[in-house]
Amino acid sequence: MNNNHDYHSNGLLFDLIIAILFIVMLVIYIGTAIASSNRNRLRKWPLHRYVFWVIGLLCAAVSVVGPLANHAHVDFKAHMIGHLLLGMLAPLLLALAAPMTLLLRTLKVPAARRLSRLLKSYPVRILNHPIIASILNIGGLWILYTTDLYILMQQNIFLHLVVHLHVFLAGYLFTVSMIYIDPIPHRFSFIYRSVVLVIALAGHSILSKHIYAEPPNGVSTAQAESGGMLMYYGGDAIDIILITILCLQWFRATRPRPPLAMSTRV
Amino acid sequence: MVDVRNNPPKKSNDSNQSNYSSRNLLSGFLFGLGIAAFIDETVFHQLLRWHHFYDKSTTDIGLISDGLFHAFSWFATIGGLFMFADLRRRNALWLARWWGSVLVGAGTFQLYDGTIQHKLMRIHQIRYVKNVLIYDMVWNTLAVLLIIIGILLIVRTRRELKQVKRDNPNEQ
Repeated sequence: MNNNHDYHSNGLLFDLIIAILFIVMLVIYIGTAIASSNRNRLRKWPLHRYVFWVIGLLCAAVSVVGPLANHAHVDFKAHMIGHLLLGMLAPLLLALAAPMTLLLRTLKVPAARRLSRLLKSYPVRILNHPIIASILNIGGLWILYTTDLYILMQQNIFLHLVVHLHVFLAGYLFTVSMIYIDPIPHRFSFIYRSVVLVIALAGHSILSKHIYAEPPNGVSTAQAESGGMLMYYGGDAIDIILITILCLQWFRATRPRPPLAMSTRV
Repeated sequence: MVDVRNNPPKKSNDSNQSNYSSRNLLSGFLFGLGIAAFIDETVFHQLLRWHHFYDKSTTDIGLISDGLFHAFSWFATIGGLFMFADLRRRNALWLARWWGSVLVGAGTFQLYDGTIQHKLMRIHQIRYVKNVLIYDMVWNTLAVLLIIIGILLIVRTRRELKQVKRDNPNEQ
């Protein structure tokens, strides 16, 4: 009860900090993109990437601040919409905005070199591994919905923050480990990523039905049933996009032409 | 002018088809399997509402099998179609063989769904009525028919394939 009280008194400050964070990320991206587009040697940053970034941030923002986020504390279905937005759709859109490409082309050469060295480093490579990223993403969800973590998270603002941050970051890692938009040092074959992707998506579907069958603590049967179905079919909708992009990349990579040049689109 | 890159020189119309004969099979099989799962989902789950989202008697292995097939069928539908597009741009599409494989894929899914998933793993029944046995029999007979017709089509194209290879022994 005490924790619950804490949550509400801290709620406004929490919302404010998160909102400012999103605005800062929005301004930095747009500012960087416009500034780098004005340099002579660089191409204009494409409009669709701006659009992806803005909508991606919006999806993430509405799932952690505002009416949907508030409703999610009492309504499991609202929580699940938030989860789909924060853990799946926002990461996909943000990955399509190619933030790392933007950063690399904007930084001065020495700094860009340091960054690419960091991206090649062992820890980052491990996190970017399709299997590790899948375990962090889907495994994290299994822990959230099959242990008491879900009910604890609703009572403790710190835990709430950590869980949501994990859902988002793991979702992003998962997305960029499956479809290659930004430069990525260690690449895995299409077939390898396809197999891991199918197993990971299966893990998501199985968890959805598990939630339907056995509601997490603190969730009523009716809410778990509608939430589980939402997770199942909502997940499908975003999975279709992910699968289509992966297949499209295969289709482009295997086009029947003599291998003259690798097209690197910056 | 013939664009050599997109239309490599060939002796017969079928030469590129025979080079990609197995990709025709794979593309068709994946698409058939995926589209059967898609029809199952839209028609029997959503429109008719005969199938239930979850059945209390589902075994654990049934839940896993359902999840894997669900994810794989989406991938198969989309991947199969991209392979179809790939065959077309390579001038290698062999429609009779592709369709044969689609039927085999669709029948395979339907048979697996109708026997192992419905009956053994008890994911859900076709319809929640007394005489479900009749539904099961129609379901699985259709599945076997699809597979048989598909195999017949594929066998017919295989004869052509052997003919082509006999005529052009130098090609792969």
